[in-house]
Amino acid sequence: MIGEILSVTFITGLIGAMMRMATPIIFAMLGEIITERAGVLNLGIEGIMLMGAMTGFLVTLSTGSLWTGVFAAALVGMVFALIMAVLVVYLGLSQHVSGLGITLFATGLAMFIYRLYFGSPTVPPIVKPFSRIEIPLLSKIPILGQGLFHHYSLTYIAVLLIPAVAILLYKTKVGLKIRTVGENPFAADTVGVNVNLTRTLCLVAGGALMGIGGAFLTLAHQNMFLLDVIGGRGWVAVAMVIFGNWDPVKGAIGALLFGLVDGLQLRLQGLGLHVSFDIFLMIPYVITIIALIGVSRRASVPAALLQPYRREDKGG
Amino acid sequence: MIRIQLVKRTPLTGWYRVLVPLLAVVTTLVLSAIPILIAGGNLWQSYYYLFYGALGTRFNLLETFVKASPLIFTGLAVAFAFRAKFWNIGAEGQLLAGAIVATWIGMAGGSAPAIVLLPSIMIGGFLAGGAWAAVPALLKTKLNVDDVVSTLLLNFVILHIMGALLFGPMQKTGASWPISEEIVEAARYPILLARSRFHLGIPLAFAAVLVIWFINSKTVFGFRSRAVGVNIHAARYGGINTTSVILKTALISGGLAGLAGVGEVAAIQYHLLSDLSPGYGYTGIVIAMLGNLHPVGVGLAAIFFSIINVGSQTMSRMTGVPSYISGVIEGMALIVMLIFLLMNEYKVRVVRK
Repeated sequence: MIGEILSVTFITGLIGAMMRMATPIIFAMLGEIITERAGVLNLGIEGIMLMGAMTGFLVTLSTGSLWTGVFAAALVGMVFALIMAVLVVYLGLSQHVSGLGITLFATGLAMFIYRLYFGSPTVPPIVKPFSRIEIPLLSKIPILGQGLFHHYSLTYIAVLLIPAVAILLYKTKVGLKIRTVGENPFAADTVGVNVNLTRTLCLVAGGALMGIGGAFLTLAHQNMFLLDVIGGRGWVAVAMVIFGNWDPVKGAIGALLFGLVDGLQLRLQGLGLHVSFDIFLMIPYVITIIALIGVSRRASVPAALLQPYRREDKGG
Repeated sequence: MIRIQLVKRTPLTGWYRVLVPLLAVVTTLVLSAIPILIAGGNLWQSYYYLFYGALGTRFNLLETFVKASPLIFTGLAVAFAFRAKFWNIGAEGQLLAGAIVATWIGMAGGSAPAIVLLPSIMIGGFLAGGAWAAVPALLKTKLNVDDVVSTLLLNFVILHIMGALLFGPMQKTGASWPISEEIVEAARYPILLARSRFHLGIPLAFAAVLVIWFINSKTVFGFRSRAVGVNIHAARYGGINTTSVILKTALISGGLAGLAGVGEVAAIQYHLLSDLSPGYGYTGIVIAMLGNLHPVGVGLAAIFFSIINVGSQTMSRMTGVPSYISGVIEGMALIVMLIFLLMNEYKVRVVRK
């Protein structure tokens, strides 16, 4: 057994599994970071991912095109984020209760639509999922090559999005606007930034990423839609945002660590070793809770998170 | 240019506070016509079977109460915490904590009589849920950790603790699934009405409604808890030990959720299993909001949700509308209620400028 675990194929496979398991979390986490940086906590994430997973699957099955499915998942994520925006940005309702409401509604709707379409078939319908792409030369690197450079295109996109979001937030004017809106909406308003519009657009962009993260699970990781396909990955993404201090790169490191434990569990089960990995799977949550200690004193948490913006509230 | 503005108004009082949730329920039921029609169901037939399936026969009616019992407990748990602005999103985890301890006591019960075992599992489950809620309350009061996120994350911690126990020390001998041994006969809630599952936990849930109503409106602690929720700084300035109030609020809130878990183990499943709760803790949040954080409102909202859950099964069988419509209706109910509550505090004004 030990020999099998230390073998090159196992380690290569484990690196690959880590990347695959981290992909949906990276998408969702980046979406949540953009949203939270503008001052909105979107707890609708888990439901939005499930809607994305279901929509992507359904559209791909009816059109035969995987990318159309991904596009539709992004679109449905945007629609649900827009509902969230109406509730928390324009009506100023409690962000966490509204978010949970969106999750409940979207989860119910995803299951409802799936059943409406397929009934309860004994053999669940399947799509022909994305195939993995080998990057020439790089994939030939011993041990690491097959683990890092033989993946679904969505995994590569997720990895490329990490620096992209970091640059957007820290190096561009748009990013500065977003961060100001999340830190001090009154100041942003004074210099002519439309606070509510910025928050809405961030929610919508984040919703698209969450939807794609969900679609990865039904169009690449698996080839069918199961009702528990998301399995709490949305909440993991929320945890990784805090774990990573609202920073895309650090959050991605957290997502990869989570993917590693998840992948290790699957690989060992594949070897016929039935051990409970619950203790390990618990660690990211515990670390995140510990990371929360003193977070309110750190500069990284968007100061206006959870607070609706009403111009007339100033000084009131 | 015309702008739509929300303007604060004096909060509605008296009968309007009852009217608002009622209007929200009616609006939700009307909106439910959309998914029913999309699913191709005959509208009146669907509504008929929805209510007939939940209330039409003796068994179904009692089953509606069976399914309402855990929802009343988790709804009360959330409402009691929210009233003091302790944002307890963790009723699901506290439910599991209660269920784990109840199962453990119930398995170890040996030949102890019911008169000893029943109070033991209830108190044990209550304390376990309370202790699990005290963790985020302590983190909030001592270390300033945001309670929304910590209570949410602790749900997954306890879920994995339960997983580790069910694959380890609590696993049934010879089982390859995560499932525990059954609890002994004497630790099970007695069935109170023949030919049904109407068990001890149901009157217990209604008693809890009364107890929480009493605490809220007739005790000093209820007043203090409310004061902390309205304005924590003013409460502290007024000489209330806010840390102690939040901690006690969390204990009671978590304890109520723990009792939901005890009921599921002691009256329904008789053992611990990984999918013990279909999200009762999360639904509790919705129920608390729909009940306007008032214990009687929570009781009524829980029964409403139970009607939808139980009735949608019959509706699905008779009309072909998928039973998952219950989730859609419940999600809509929350969103509608949130908007209606807003109208409670604000009025819409159209301004020209």
